Amino acid sequence: MTATSQQFLEPAPQQKGPVLVVDDLTVRFPTHDGLVEAVTGLSYSVEPGRTLGIVGESGSGKSVSSMAVLGLHDPRSTRISGSIKVNGAEVIGAKESTLRRIRGNEVAMVFQDPLTALHPYFTIGRQIMEAYRLHHDVSKKAAKARAVEMLELVGIPQPDRRVDDFPHQFSGGMRQRAVIAMSLVNNPQLIIADEPTTALDVTVQAQILDLMQRLQKEFNSAIIVVTHDLGVVAEMADEVLVMYGGRAVEFGPTKDVLTRPSMPYTWGLISSVPDVHEHSDQKLIPIPGSPPSLLNPSPGCAFAPRCAHKAKVGGDMCDTELPEFLPLASNPRHLKRCHLVDPEQIYVDEVAPEIFAEDSEKLES
Amino acid sequence: MFGYIVRRLLAACLVLFLVSIVTFTLFFKGPSDPASVLCEDTGGRCTAAELNSIREQMGLNDGLVVNYGRFLKGLVVDREMFYQGEQLCEAPCFGISYATRQPVTPMFIEKWPATVSLVIGAFVLYVIVGLVLGALAARFRGSLFDRMVVGVATFIPAIPYYVLALVAWIVLVLQLSVFPETGYTPLVENPVAWASGLLLPWLILALAYAPVTIRYMRGYMIEALGEDYIRTATAKGVSRRDVVFVHGLRAAIVPMTTILGLDIAILLSGTVFTEFLFEIDGIGWWSINSLGNPIDFPVLNITGTAAAVLIVVGNLLVDLLYAALDPRVRLA
Repeated sequence: MTATSQQFLEPAPQQKGPVLVVDDLTVRFPTHDGLVEAVTGLSYSVEPGRTLGIVGESGSGKSVSSMAVLGLHDPRSTRISGSIKVNGAEVIGAKESTLRRIRGNEVAMVFQDPLTALHPYFTIGRQIMEAYRLHHDVSKKAAKARAVEMLELVGIPQPDRRVDDFPHQFSGGMRQRAVIAMSLVNNPQLIIADEPTTALDVTVQAQILDLMQRLQKEFNSAIIVVTHDLGVVAEMADEVLVMYGGRAVEFGPTKDVLTRPSMPYTWGLISSVPDVHEHSDQKLIPIPGSPPSLLNPSPGCAFAPRCAHKAKVGGDMCDTELPEFLPLASNPRHLKRCHLVDPEQIYVDEVAPEIFAEDSEKLES
Repeated sequence: MFGYIVRRLLAACLVLFLVSIVTFTLFFKGPSDPASVLCEDTGGRCTAAELNSIREQMGLNDGLVVNYGRFLKGLVVDREMFYQGEQLCEAPCFGISYATRQPVTPMFIEKWPATVSLVIGAFVLYVIVGLVLGALAARFRGSLFDRMVVGVATFIPAIPYYVLALVAWIVLVLQLSVFPETGYTPLVENPVAWASGLLLPWLILALAYAPVTIRYMRGYMIEALGEDYIRTATAKGVSRRDVVFVHGLRAAIVPMTTILGLDIAILLSGTVFTEFLFEIDGIGWWSINSLGNPIDFPVLNITGTAAAVLIVVGNLLVDLLYAALDPRVRLA
């Protein structure tokens, strides 16, 4: 999804370059305690038909950056710099009319909790119709037919009847299907799914991910899936962007990042995820400490205070100097923000055996 | 739904029954004795024997339960009452006023339209002003406009109502004569006089009630505008105006109905000071005047019962309205 990765894309129909280009995005919130630097110097791009996973823990800036794409931050309480281009049109500082043309039409959003994301006093149908009629000059009747069609597409049974239901009459999974139907109603080129399955049952999660992938193929939309769940990333994403303390700390094709993670924070993420299929005895190793304060970021690596491998760098470089976001020597499509010289080797030699220790013991015996 | 309304109405009857028992008992056991005043009124000296004979004639010697029974029966059938001679009190009979010596029910029917006219006019005014200013203040939260609205809405309730109304009356009616003489003329009799006589009381009453409405409305709007579904609407491409005044307003209006519904029920049961100051012959003024010696119990009885009915029915209507406005509420 960066320019470097373009040559590996499957040729998609009517491809005209990236749907979304984020360049050096910085989002700050002035507060009484000081300036909160929620996102700093973030750059990425998304091609049609592809999926980017943005991973990170709470407060890493992943939701803030994706909301900035639709200009959803209140300009009075936010300072944004850098550039966000949707199909070439600049979003930052754009007029309300430009934003409204993009919102829901070129870029649609699926929010985390479908119960609170839907208006409790309007019917599902009315909310889908509204989204459609904002960008299409059609009659209410035609819009309603479209809403029924969309509900059918996302697998709501008896859509012609359920279209008049209120959100509280839907189950959690059905509500998220309805939200997806609403986001897809205008055939957007990009869907930003902000933790789309976090509020759902595990069984329903799989259905929703499946649905999103099926619809992505059908509409050739690009998807950004914002999540803290590596399982979702492994399932959905072509590429992964790992965020920490408001910055990108690792980026690469999903397979590379998950099998050869090159940044201690990503190691921490991987070692805190249980894998029920293969390594049922796998140790869960939590990352010590807590996320950094975004108020007064340290001049060094944001992860340094929690990093177990700091000593290998030598000196106090981790605490004083911000690592640059550079490609790995072995793989130019895989970027990391870390001072470690050969993090891949450390992962293979030290981290992986520790995570999968008991498993390998079993295999040996 | 129908069953719910029937159950609520039965519960309402029970509440009214209990209220009437309490009022009646308080009066009957209280210090105010209509017979003694009547006895002194007859001229000459009131001996114990005379007093007792008057009490006997009025039926006061028959005890609380019998008297309450007579009262209940009088609500349904016409009743002969003694107060300086026999009088016919037509059903529903709440008794004969000690002051005017007339049955109170027709008097209530005659006086209530004045209160209703006063209250409805003020209500319409302050609901419009309150909802509009509250919603706009929330929309432009933090702006100079918002701060001014909140400032004024905080300042006005800090002035005692009688000061506010009195100053307005003295300045606007007595000194500057901006407003014509206030008072109540029935609407059907002379609509112009009706409106001009009530204009100032409407404005004053609305001025007193609007600040609270503004602040509730602003609060509920801000709460609504912070909800996730507002962000969803914005993300769909809904204009800022529609986000606030369609999606936000729709959510804020629901809790507002509860507040406004109970407001009007309480207002309709009498606005004592406003009626007194602006010489509107409504039930608020009437009931405050009945607190002489002896306390004019039949007047208090009918205005008190009316207040209880209004509040009970108002509550029921608010709940029904709430269910109509919030699809998640199911009445059962």
